[in-house]
Amino acid sequence: MMERKIKGMRQNTHANQPFLAIVALVLAVGLVSGTYVYLIRDTNENKLIIYSGRSSELVDDIIQEFESTTGIEVEMKYGSTSEMAGMLLEEGKHSPADVFYAQDPGGIGAVEHMLDTLPDEILEMSPENFQSPQGRWVGISGRARVVVYNTDVLTEDQLPDSIWDFTDSEWDGRIGWAPTNPSFQSMVTAMRSEWGEEKTENWINGIQENNPTAYPRNTPTVKAVADGEVEVGFVNHYYLFRFLAEEGEDFSARNYHPRDGGPGATMMISGAGILETSENRENAQQFLKFLLSKQGQEYFAENTFEYPIHDDVETHHMLKPINEIQFPNVSMEDMNDLEGTLALLRRTGVIS
Amino acid sequence: MPYLELKRKIDRLPSVVWVSSILITILIAIPLVYLTIRALGAGPETWDLVFRFRTLEIAGRTLALVITVPLLSMGISLPLAWLTTRTDLPFKRTWSVLTALPLVIPSYIFAYVMIVALSPRGMLQQALASPFGIEQIPSIYGFFGAVFSVTAVSYPYLLLPLQASLRGIDPSLEEASHSLGHGTFSTFKKVILPQLRPAIASGALLIALYSLRDFGAVSLMRYETFTFAIYNQYLTPFGGRMIAAALSMILLVFALSLMFAESATRSKAKFYGTAKGSPRKGDLVKLGRWRWPALAFCGAVVSMFLILPISVLGYWALRGISAGETVQVVWSSAVNSIQVSVMAAAVVVLAALPIAILTSRFSGKLSLVVEKFTYIGFALPGIVISLSIVFFAVGTFMYQTLGLLIFGYLILFLPLAVGSIRNSLLQINPSLEEASRSLGHTATQTMKSITIPLSRNGMISGAALVFLVTMKELQATLILSPRNFDTLATSIWHATSEAFFARAAVPALLLILFSSIPMMILLIFWHMRGNHEKISSSL
Repeated sequence: MMERKIKGMRQNTHANQPFLAIVALVLAVGLVSGTYVYLIRDTNENKLIIYSGRSSELVDDIIQEFESTTGIEVEMKYGSTSEMAGMLLEEGKHSPADVFYAQDPGGIGAVEHMLDTLPDEILEMSPENFQSPQGRWVGISGRARVVVYNTDVLTEDQLPDSIWDFTDSEWDGRIGWAPTNPSFQSMVTAMRSEWGEEKTENWINGIQENNPTAYPRNTPTVKAVADGEVEVGFVNHYYLFRFLAEEGEDFSARNYHPRDGGPGATMMISGAGILETSENRENAQQFLKFLLSKQGQEYFAENTFEYPIHDDVETHHMLKPINEIQFPNVSMEDMNDLEGTLALLRRTGVIS
Repeated sequence: MPYLELKRKIDRLPSVVWVSSILITILIAIPLVYLTIRALGAGPETWDLVFRFRTLEIAGRTLALVITVPLLSMGISLPLAWLTTRTDLPFKRTWSVLTALPLVIPSYIFAYVMIVALSPRGMLQQALASPFGIEQIPSIYGFFGAVFSVTAVSYPYLLLPLQASLRGIDPSLEEASHSLGHGTFSTFKKVILPQLRPAIASGALLIALYSLRDFGAVSLMRYETFTFAIYNQYLTPFGGRMIAAALSMILLVFALSLMFAESATRSKAKFYGTAKGSPRKGDLVKLGRWRWPALAFCGAVVSMFLILPISVLGYWALRGISAGETVQVVWSSAVNSIQVSVMAAAVVVLAALPIAILTSRFSGKLSLVVEKFTYIGFALPGIVISLSIVFFAVGTFMYQTLGLLIFGYLILFLPLAVGSIRNSLLQINPSLEEASRSLGHTATQTMKSITIPLSRNGMISGAALVFLVTMKELQATLILSPRNFDTLATSIWHATSEAFFARAAVPALLLILFSSIPMMILLIFWHMRGNHEKISSSL
C-alpha cells in the first residue's frame, strides 16, 4: 500500500518535468531571439530612430517610402504624443531618439528644450508661421479645427458665424467637446491670443453654462454627433473623413468651418524636431526634408486627409480648399503657451 | 512568536525560497521609489493643487466602482464556477472556456463596443426605433457603463480561482454533509463556500485593484476615477508628472487599504482535507430541470460579454471591407503578441512560485510585507509603472529590449500568478511536507518532491492568466517595447485612435482567437488528468 503511494508521488515528480522543460525552453528561445534582435539592430550604422506621437496608421506608409528612397533603416516607437513627450522627459539626455514627430504643437513644445536648432535649409522649407519661434521644430501638415454638426437636425445655415456664438443659451445641451484633447487645448491657446484672456474665460464659462457633454477624444465626439447624442461638436476636420470612408456617405455628420474664421477655425500643426542628443543627425535632417518635400506633402494631402503646408500641393478634393477658410492669424510663439491655457482650463474647472 | 517556533518555521523553508522572494520584492519596489522621488520633487504648489482639486469627489467615485465591481463579479462568477465544475450541466467544458474568455478583451474595446451598441442612439436604439418607436434609451455613460465594462473584462479574475478551488476540494467533506441529511444548497453553503473563502477574497481583491487601475473603460464611459485623473495629468506636459505622482500616492493608499481589508478576512482556518482515505473526484450534482435556467444564465453571460463584442467587431470588419477599406493582417504583430505573452507567463510563474510558497507556508512580518508588495504593480496605472522603469533603465543595455518589457509585465502581473499558486498551496495539507521532513528529506528536497508538484495546478492557471492579460496589455507594451515592435494590442490601439474601425476589428478578433486557444488546451488538460495528482495527498 505504502509502496504504491510512494510510486504515485514519484510519478508526480516526473510528470512535473515536461512542464519545467517547456518553461526552460520558452525562456531560452525568448532570450536568444531577444538578444539576437538586440544585436542585429545595433550593427546597422545607417539608421534613424523616430519617436512618433502620430499613429502608425497615419505615417507608416510615408516612413516606408522614406526607407526605400534613402536606404536608411528607420526604427519607430509609437505612442500618443503626450506619452512620447512624457517618455522623452523621463529619458532626458540618455534618450536613444533622433526625431520626435508630434501630433500637436503643445506636445512638442513640452520637450522643446531637448531639441536642437534646425539648419536654415530645413526651416526655409516650411512657412514661418508654422514653425517654432526658436527654430527647433517645423510644421509638417495641418488639421483644421471645425464644428461638426448632425445633418438630420441642422443645416450649415443654422450654424453661427463664430464659435463665440455657441455661448448663446439656445445651444444648451446640444454641444459636445473633448477638453482633455491636445487639439482642443491648442484652440483655446489660439483664443487667448486672438480674444485675450478675459473673453476666452467668458467663452469657456458660457459653454459650461450650456452643459456640454465631455468626450475623451475627437473620434467619440464625431460619433456622438452623428448618432444625435449631441448636435454639434468642436473637433479636428479629418476624423469625419475616416467615418465617411468606413460608414459611407449617409453618415449623418458634416464639418463646418466657422464663416467668420477666428479661433474656431484654427489650423493645428503636426511638427517634428531633432533631439540634441541625436547620434544620427544627418539622417534625421534628411527625414525632415523628405516630409517637407513635394512627395511627402502630397502623401499627407492624398492619404491622411490633412492639409499640406505647401501652397503648391493641392488639398484633397473632399476638403474645403485652404484659401476658402478664414484662419486666424496666431503666431507660433503664442501657440506655445500651453501652460497658460492649462492654468485657465483648471481655473474654470474644465479639466482637473 | 516563541523563538523555537519561529526557527522551526524558517527551517521548513529552503533558503532559495526566501532569498529569491526578497530579491523579487526589491525589484518590484521600483515604481514606489520612482513615485517617491517624483512626489518629493513636487513643490508645495503641486500638493496644493492636489488637495484643492476635486480629490474627494474623485475618491468617492473610485470607491463606488471598487466596491460595486467585485460584488457584481461575485454574483456572476460563483454560480458559473459551481455549475461548470460540480454539476452535470450540458457542455460544461465549452461553458468554462467561453465564460473565461471576456478576460482577453481589452477594456477600451469592450467599452467602445458598449457605446456603439448601447448608447442613447446606438445600435440597440436603432433596432428598437422602427418597431417600437423608441427615440432614445437611457444613457450608459457614467457609473453604470463603467461598472458594466470593468466587470465584463475582470470577473474572470474571480471565476478562474473559484473553478480551481472547486476542483481541488476534497469530496469526502461533501459526502459527509450529504450523509448527514443536508441537501445540495445547504451543503454548498456550509461545506463548500467556507472552503472557497481564500479564492473569493484574493479574486475580489484582484478585481478591486483592477477597477482602481483601469483606464480604457472609465475614460470612454466618462467616469473620472483616480486613474483617469492621473492619465489626464500625463496629458498635460507642464507639471503634470508631479501631480500624477502625487495622485498615484493617494491611489496607492487606496490599494493598501484594500489589501489589508482582504487580509482581515483571512482566518486561521485550514483549507485542506484531513481525510486519511484516498480522495476521489466527487459525484456531480444532478441539475434535473434546473438545467434550463442554468443554461440560460450561462448563455446570457456569454452573449453579453463575449458574443456581443465579437459581433460588433465582426460588423466593423465587414462594413469597412465592403466600403473599400484595405485591411491587411500583420502577422508579425500576432507572433510578437504570442511570443511575449508566453515568455511573460513563464517568467512571472517562476518568480511567483517562491513568493507563493513563502506567503502560504510562513506567516510572519516578512511574508506579509512581501505579499503586499507584489500587488503594488497591479494597482497602479500602466503608465506610472512603465515610466518608472524608463526612469531606471534608460541608458543601460537593457533599455528597449524584450527583456525589459518582460520585466514590466512581471511587475504588472505578478500577483495574478502568486494568487493562483497560493490558493492551490493552501489546499495542501502541510503535514505532507512535515512528514517528508521527518523522513529525513531536506527542506529543498521536500520542496522539490512535494510542494512544487502539488502546486502545479496553481502554476498552470497562473500562467494562463498571465498569458491572457499580457496579450491585451497596452501601456507598458507601448512604452517599454523594443523599437519597431508591434503587438495585436498596439495595432488595435493605433487603429482605434484614428478611427480606423475595420483595421482595429481584425487584430481584435485575432487577439480573442489566439487567446482562447491556450484556454482550451488548459481546460482539456485539466479534464484529462482528472484527479491524478490527488494520489500523493493521501500519503
